[in-house]
Amino acid sequence: MSTAASARARTGDTAAEPLLQVRDLHVEFRTRDGVARAVNGVNYSVRAGETLAILGESGSGKSVSSQAVMGILDSPPGFVTGGEIIFKGRDLLKLSNEERRKVRGAQMAMVFQDALSSLNPVHTVGTQLGEMYRVHKGSSRKDAKLKAVELMERVGIPAAKERVNQYPHQFSGGMRQRVMIAMALALEPDLIIADEPTTALDVTVQAQVMELLHDLQREYDMGLILITHDLGVVADVADKIAVMYAGRIVETAPVHELYARPAHPYTRGLLDSIPRLDQKGQELYAIKGLPPNLLRIPPGCAFNPRCPMAQEICRAEVPPLLAVTEEDGRDLPGRGSACHFWKETLHG
Amino acid sequence: MPDQQPDKPEGVPDDANTELSSAFAETPTLGAMGAQSLLDEEDLTHTPPQSSEDVAVVDREVARSLWQDAWRELRTNPIFLISAVLIVFLVLVAVWPGLFDSTDPLQCDLAKSQLGPTSGHPFGYDTQGCDVYARTIHGARASITVGVFATLGAALLGTVMGGLAGFFGGWIDAVISRIADIFFGIPILLGGLVFLSVIPSQSIWVVVGFIVVLGWPQIARIARGAVITAKQQDYVTAARALGAGNGRLMLRHILPNALAPIIVVATIALGTYISLEATLSYLGVGLKPPTVSWGIDISAAADTFRNAPHMLLFPAGALCITILAFIMLGDAVRDALDPKLR
Repeated sequence: MSTAASARARTGDTAAEPLLQVRDLHVEFRTRDGVARAVNGVNYSVRAGETLAILGESGSGKSVSSQAVMGILDSPPGFVTGGEIIFKGRDLLKLSNEERRKVRGAQMAMVFQDALSSLNPVHTVGTQLGEMYRVHKGSSRKDAKLKAVELMERVGIPAAKERVNQYPHQFSGGMRQRVMIAMALALEPDLIIADEPTTALDVTVQAQVMELLHDLQREYDMGLILITHDLGVVADVADKIAVMYAGRIVETAPVHELYARPAHPYTRGLLDSIPRLDQKGQELYAIKGLPPNLLRIPPGCAFNPRCPMAQEICRAEVPPLLAVTEEDGRDLPGRGSACHFWKETLHG
Repeated sequence: MPDQQPDKPEGVPDDANTELSSAFAETPTLGAMGAQSLLDEEDLTHTPPQSSEDVAVVDREVARSLWQDAWRELRTNPIFLISAVLIVFLVLVAVWPGLFDSTDPLQCDLAKSQLGPTSGHPFGYDTQGCDVYARTIHGARASITVGVFATLGAALLGTVMGGLAGFFGGWIDAVISRIADIFFGIPILLGGLVFLSVIPSQSIWVVVGFIVVLGWPQIARIARGAVITAKQQDYVTAARALGAGNGRLMLRHILPNALAPIIVVATIALGTYISLEATLSYLGVGLKPPTVSWGIDISAAADTFRNAPHMLLFPAGALCITILAFIMLGDAVRDALDPKLR
């Protein structure tokens, strides 16, 4: 796959073997109304200690691609129809169910969006935390509980000894998310996927939770994939960003470069949609139109019906994710754009 | 960094404070205070970090799980209290009939046939000259045994079958659901007349088995639905993402969350199974003498109702009270476990 090759060559993954490499991943949902192609050839890689943010609207395939990586896609209707997920040198898609189950939780773990619904209401927090050790390490009940208390202290839950016996609904939103993080962290996995970890939280608590994730990631030298639709959340913690649209990555860039100079009209639209204080009184910008129906992705560039720069070629040809360069031809490491007009977009 | 949590150096409003205000908000009497402190940011930030333990205590009083809530609801529900007292009494009668009666229900004296209530024999005598009080007391055992064990069996079988169908879906679901439909389609009385009349021995366990075989699909349907609902919850996905296998998912995460509707249906079914046993015995295909059963006695007394109504009234009354008690219990449990009815 030439798209994959060129994108990889530019993201500088040659230095060390990445922890996780997703290559040309395809996922589709076979529904009664037809086949929804949720992920159409996604490539990315994460190294130990690195944070990749995957940014996109609902339905862009960001969550589905990470569920495919975790192996928790609801199947049927969801099927991985192509690609490779190489984690620590092994293609996860070639493992048996039992082997994959052992990877989950122990080597890669997930933090979910809504901690209240992601924690079982009938078990205490301590039981659920301890379950990690009981499932994977076969610890005794007593040991598991001690470990649970330790973990809760680790993620900054005060009075952990008392709270370990409480139920999830007895925790506040921020504390619950800390419990979720503790669960993901329990067996010190190499990779954590956080699917909109702060969306359900107050803004003040959001920052604390992000900071916690970031600190723990650095401490354990884990890879972190942060899935979000919130540009503000990723700015401080991510190293690189991949923007997804209609199941494809449309732009990749180191985090600050993306904010400063987007190379895809969609990314620019997203950045322009952030309300700013100096715009007070003016109408807010919004990308016109709606995200595409995955059952009927427009031909050519999926963004073309909403794109202010769309030309004839955009309706005919799917733009590959290509490396972008400065005007004078200098390399921009780690940057790529899937737009026929990336030059015009990037250089104005 | 988490190590700094206990001493909270900057005293900034971290989660513990958010916690505090939410805990207050949940306490009715302190609700206004919680709102006040939310308004007053200054106050909130200066709350000394003593809170965490108090918060835990407050929380424990305020918030309860579904089961704790249900229990609290039940304790104050007069219908539950009345039915519970009746059921405890009935179970005592069934287990130790000797506590309430020293006459042998099978010790009959034809000379006393159909005599009305007399001193020492408050319910009188039946056609065979047996003591009706003794037979009523001893009949409880058959009814309660059939009711309880048929319910346990049907609930167990139904939960397992419905649970497997709901959890795995696909062809397993299709096969189990069709089998359930077949048994569901057999009218239970007609089935009883047909099957039980060809089985020579009519011990209590044959009747229990028969009710289980025809009763499980009702529970299986409920269990299947409840498991499908629970299976789609985020915490099941989360547990799967953290490496839990199918067995653990089913037993630890799905089953406890699917149990409430199963318990409700099973409790209500208990009453109907007791009446079913009496009906089958009345029709002569359920329990057979010398087993003492209310259904048999009602059947025997029906012919002579006009001459000796006491023979019918006492076993029939006992049956009514028993069924009523279990159905009332089922109602109360259903109300308690359904948050929408609160």
